[in-house]
Amino acid sequence: MTLLGELWEELVEVLLTLVSAIPYVIGYVALILLTALIWRLVKRVLTPKKDYVSLKTVTFGDESAVVSNNVASVVSIVFLFVLWGAFTGSKLLPGFLHAPGPFIGDASFTYTVTAADGATDDATVAVRVYPNGADVEDITIEPGEGFAKNDAINIVAYRSSLFRVDENDELGREDEAFITAVDGQALESGGSVAMDFGRVSMTPRGTLNIYPSTGWQMEPIWLPPPEAVWSRLVEIADTGFRNSTLWEHLGFSLFRVIVGFALGAAVGIPLGYAMGLSNWFRGWFDPIVEFMRPVPPLALIPLVIIWAGIGEVGKIILLFLAALWIMAIAARSGVSGVRISKVHAAYSLGASKWQIMRFVIIPNSLPEIFTGARVAMGVCWGTVVAAELVAAEKGAGMMIMTASKFQNTDIVLMGIILIGVIGFSIDMLMRQAEKWLVPWKGKG
Amino acid sequence: MTGLQISDLSMRFDLPNGSSIQALKDVNISLNEGELLSVLGPSGCGKTTLLNIVAGFLAPTDGQIELNGHRVEGPAAERGMVFQQGALFEWMSVRENVGFGPRMKGMKPDEKRKIVDHLLDVVGLQEFKEKAVYELSGGMQQRVALARCLANEPDVILMDEPLGALDALTREKMQGLVLKLWKETGKTIILITHSVEEALLLGERLIVMAPRPGRIHKEYRLPFADLGVGQDLREVKKHPQFAETREEILSMIWNMEEEIMGRTEGTDA
Ligand SMILES: Nc1ncnc2c1ncn2[C@@H]1O[C@H](COP(=O)(O)OP(=O)(O)OP(=O)(O)O)[C@@H](O)[C@H]1O
Ligand SMILES: [Mg+2]
Repeated sequence: MTLLGELWEELVEVLLTLVSAIPYVIGYVALILLTALIWRLVKRVLTPKKDYVSLKTVTFGDESAVVSNNVASVVSIVFLFVLWGAFTGSKLLPGFLHAPGPFIGDASFTYTVTAADGATDDATVAVRVYPNGADVEDITIEPGEGFAKNDAINIVAYRSSLFRVDENDELGREDEAFITAVDGQALESGGSVAMDFGRVSMTPRGTLNIYPSTGWQMEPIWLPPPEAVWSRLVEIADTGFRNSTLWEHLGFSLFRVIVGFALGAAVGIPLGYAMGLSNWFRGWFDPIVEFMRPVPPLALIPLVIIWAGIGEVGKIILLFLAALWIMAIAARSGVSGVRISKVHAAYSLGASKWQIMRFVIIPNSLPEIFTGARVAMGVCWGTVVAAELVAAEKGAGMMIMTASKFQNTDIVLMGIILIGVIGFSIDMLMRQAEKWLVPWKGKG
Repeated sequence: MTGLQISDLSMRFDLPNGSSIQALKDVNISLNEGELLSVLGPSGCGKTTLLNIVAGFLAPTDGQIELNGHRVEGPAAERGMVFQQGALFEWMSVRENVGFGPRMKGMKPDEKRKIVDHLLDVVGLQEFKEKAVYELSGGMQQRVALARCLANEPDVILMDEPLGALDALTREKMQGLVLKLWKETGKTIILITHSVEEALLLGERLIVMAPRPGRIHKEYRLPFADLGVGQDLREVKKHPQFAETREEILSMIWNMEEEIMGRTEGTDA
């Protein structure tokens, strides 16, 4: 019962989060439709192209008439970067595209103290908000007349600050003198007053809390602007990260993937062939393969760490296991998929068993093996990054994990982008290799 | 003794559910060297099974097959096979496909090249020899399959609906080619087909099979194949005896199909 209740609560929370995202999703979809409309108008102005698809009268539901629109892809990517830039105040974007940023600069407000006898006095608070990490000078102020004295404070952008403005006053709380207004507007404990530069509120104990406006932009510590990520990439490519160059980190990850995959393929492919060609082998390994295949390689990390430690051996064993089952299954189905008439034809052309293997079964299984290899490489790449998140001295995963511990969001983002780019390149390379090496794929 | 002897051949498939199918029962065929036999019959009467047994891919439950005096035990290069479609090796070029048999025998490259070139000339694919087979049309692919089979110099050629997947016009052209190759090479050929016309045009002898159990229903000896050599096949079809025989066989097969339908659906048409 309590479990169900807990699950229900979780579900409600998730749904509420989703509901709060709905307006943004609607906005995004509206933008997509709007750009589609604009593109359609633009295209009408350009010379219409009479290709085959444009002459089709029925395109809805005709799968062959749907091709990825490159313009849409470009607009979509550009839009992502514009969003990123707008909400981080990127210098790559013209200022008018920026979302309102945090307040930076000098501002001031007055506060009014009412003494026990009803006498009031005003004093000015000078506020200087400066970007994190910038050098800042204190504002010099005169204490001023009356029993309330002027104050000055420096606040880091995106932060707020509790400030006992009455500390230097001649009459303080111990004298029953309290702050009663800010900028002429009455203020009580728990209330707050809006200002040009943000707002000022009062805590239950009567202290002022100054909130300079944070605007709509993300603080760099959460989301750095694109150029910061780029310059961090340049810097790390140049000087390295944690005693290793960037290329060493990425190279180590790639090296593990390639070695693990190569070993997995070297064992998995013969295993798959044996399973495809012999009842006994199929019977022997089917339970093992069918059980191991659905076990996510990541679930093996703890066991591998216990058995082989966190060194290279452990990681390569993990990747070997990740690739092994995929390759075995691909090779097995490649062998089983051979059309019996091809085998028969080869036999009646006088081929021996060994020749059938070499000239029919192996080439016939290559397309399947390539598909398997593509999947296996993808899984290995994901697994290696995850394994490095857990424990590693070098590697792409270790880089972003360490960076995240120090809140180096720019390094984390850079790492994620690099990991994505490498994963994508691996897949592209495999596709290209497939085109060159097994051009007969799907042509049987 | 030369030629192909099929004696008392029976084939029973035991199904996993305990029942069994008598695919062939007491089939006897004797073919002389150089004869072309077409086999007709309704679907499921055991034609493919018969051919698979002759090719050596299946062992019969009863009876035996002898080729030139020795018993057939398994597949061998002496019995070549042309399949309906999809039996070419798509990872090889046209030339490599045709040269497959000689290569398996370990023939010298120039000798092999000579044979391949000659056969590609015969089937008219010389200019396509470096192409991948999947780049060819269906008719061209079947010509490659014919050439591949011939390159191996088999004694018997077994064809299971080799032209079945082709369009009518291509099919007619290919029939002429098969006839020409048969006459030129003098091979013994067993040709399975669904087309009565094709069986009549190409078969020197013709067998009509009946189903359940698969058996020989009627045998013919036909003059049309000889008439057809070097002649327009359409002329042959105008022969009065051609139309007569065709009608006779068509209604024979029609009746058998009718009977099967009636039996399986439990209704009488
Ligand atoms: N491997 C098998 N196992 C069980 N039954 C089989 C097997 N092969 C064929 N049969 C059965 O044997 C009978 C004859 O099949 P066969 O394929 O020889 O017919 P066919 O005359 O070639 O038919 P079609 O003209 O449709 O090609 C059919 O009833 C079929 O179901
Ligand atoms: Mg058949």
